[in-house]
Amino acid sequence: MSSETGKILTTDGIPLEESLKQAEKKNKIKALLLVAPLLLFLIITYMIPIGDMFSRSIDDKMVTNMLPKTYKAMENWDGKELPPEEVFEAFYLDYKILVKNKTAGKLQTQLNYEKNGFKSVLKKLARKQKKFEEGNYKEQIMKVHKRWRNVEYWRAIKRRAPSYTYSKYLKGIDMYSNEDGKIVQVSEDRRIHRILWIRTVEVAFFVTLFCFLMAYPIAHLLATLPMKYSNLLMICVLLPFWTSLLVRTASWMILLQQQGIVNDFFVWTGLVADDNRPEMMYNKTGTYVAMTQILLPFMVLPLYSVMKTISPSLMRAGKSLGATPAVAFFKVYFPLTIPGIGAGCLLVFILAIGYYITPALVGGASGTLISNQIAYHMKSTLDWSFASAMGLMLLTGVLAIYWIYNKLVGVDNIKLG
Amino acid sequence: MALPKYTEPHYRIWHYFYLLICGCVFFFLIAPLFVIFPLSFNAEEFLVFSDGMKRLDPDAFSLRWYKDMIYGTKNPWGLAARNSFIIAIFATLGSIILGTLAALGLSSRHMPYKGLIMAILISPMIVPLIISGVAIFFFMAKVGLAATHLGIILAHIILGTPFVVITVTATLSGFDHSITRAASSLGSSPYNTFMKITLPLILPGVISGGLFAFVTSFDEVVVVLFLAGLDNTTIPIQMWTGLREQLSPTILAVATCLIILSVLILLTAELLRRRSERLRGINR
Repeated sequence: MSSETGKILTTDGIPLEESLKQAEKKNKIKALLLVAPLLLFLIITYMIPIGDMFSRSIDDKMVTNMLPKTYKAMENWDGKELPPEEVFEAFYLDYKILVKNKTAGKLQTQLNYEKNGFKSVLKKLARKQKKFEEGNYKEQIMKVHKRWRNVEYWRAIKRRAPSYTYSKYLKGIDMYSNEDGKIVQVSEDRRIHRILWIRTVEVAFFVTLFCFLMAYPIAHLLATLPMKYSNLLMICVLLPFWTSLLVRTASWMILLQQQGIVNDFFVWTGLVADDNRPEMMYNKTGTYVAMTQILLPFMVLPLYSVMKTISPSLMRAGKSLGATPAVAFFKVYFPLTIPGIGAGCLLVFILAIGYYITPALVGGASGTLISNQIAYHMKSTLDWSFASAMGLMLLTGVLAIYWIYNKLVGVDNIKLG
Repeated sequence: MALPKYTEPHYRIWHYFYLLICGCVFFFLIAPLFVIFPLSFNAEEFLVFSDGMKRLDPDAFSLRWYKDMIYGTKNPWGLAARNSFIIAIFATLGSIILGTLAALGLSSRHMPYKGLIMAILISPMIVPLIISGVAIFFFMAKVGLAATHLGIILAHIILGTPFVVITVTATLSGFDHSITRAASSLGSSPYNTFMKITLPLILPGVISGGLFAFVTSFDEVVVVLFLAGLDNTTIPIQMWTGLREQLSPTILAVATCLIILSVLILLTAELLRRRSERLRGINR
């Protein structure tokens, strides 16, 4: 009874608690409804396609679907010796359909990835199989080319049986699974991707470092100068920030070319001879210089916004307590700027690691990064599953950096602009 | 920054050294932009300062590359500029509408899973562009929107909304919700309250987010490279092709126009920031 009387009622006679809960629920739904359009839009057009990249990167149904009878017949084959007659027959029937549908070329390419030299063997079979007689396909196929007597080739076919594969990921780090199913490195002269990964991280790291070293003093100057001067100098940071990336890259292409102003200057100062102008573009130097200048504002702005909040009296207090300017700086000022340093470095590093345009234009062959490789496979070789696999590897790296950063500094400490 | 008289000499030297470093960095930041200006008025076809230009000979300067940009044969720039503006304007409108709504919802106290939803909403800003490009291309190809204006606009809405969400959420963080409650208690409908009270107050944030979205779209190359067909080439695409094939002075004329545009955008953004600070100053 006491609980009944203890309840406070609203004017409509509903208990207050319930009425509040209802209002809360209504507000929750209202908030969700406001977020819903964008959230759904992003999930459909963005999050699901990224997930789709994953299924694409491991997808290997193509060969599986092209040779259905063969794989059914191969189920009982242990792969030690040449397969039995049924497998040969099934393969002949599958392949005949492919040749008829003019899709045999795809199978030839795919199997050639698996075992070099497969293409010519299959092409020859495509020509000869028209004259095949019924029965004893094993003999007839083996007569077409001696490689059909090599069990390695049949094992290569069998390896493509599963409808998914992680081989694209292995390829991304220059590994592959060999005939025995062991994961090994590709031969030395074909290890291109690992170099690219290392170079990408290296470039991103040094660009971040250069940006930090250059941004720290000017952010400090901007934060300590009186407003009317700092506003003017801020334009030097903001104008490049708002200017098109391509415009800035173009200006570096002009500056760094062999007859360009930077080289002119070096010649004028006598640092280099006129007939021995160094190549500063289409290599790593160009990538470093241009990327540092382009990404510098992204380091300055977070640093500035953090430094702006640090009271100058803190440094004065440190000095008045007997610290030298250097000690006061490193013990008082520097630790207070760490959130800004973290935010700036994270931003620049992540932007740099996925950079595409500038390296492609000024990087040349030795200055291109992993994203250039992704674009190359998307646009030129059309190996979209490999591009997806590399993209996801890069994404995993970026997310890992976020995670580490969050553990060390906390994303909430980021201050942007 | 004048130093006090009692400053010790070695500290004084260090201070001037520091100012020198700062000067060099500012020069490094801004100087490359100014190379483009004079070279775009070059009378010759080369991208170096001719002897005439060094002597400031008026004959060494001309507007021929600007003429080429506007009237040139099989001129791609007109179409590119039109496409760029159409795409950027619609992408900005889309980003503003979706982003502002989402920011209003996110800044409500009652919003569940705030962290997770915020992470999803700003993810297009975090994920490297090349990956976004690949993912968006797969989606657009699947639904048949690749190489259409609509496809590119949708892609740019994806890339632009995080900026709007961030700026509007930031503006709303200093927002006094009792004003809207006061309006409702005086009988204003939610729509009316939003239009008359909330929107004018958050407008600086909305517009500066919109500016970010506009610039993002107007300057975007990576995703458009995957999506664009021949009919929807944009200024960045055209510049990209030009820079890859041959660096012609016409590109510099376009670049000069783009720099002027960015100066205008910078001025607008700066004015908005000051206005916003002033408005928030009143609120305090």
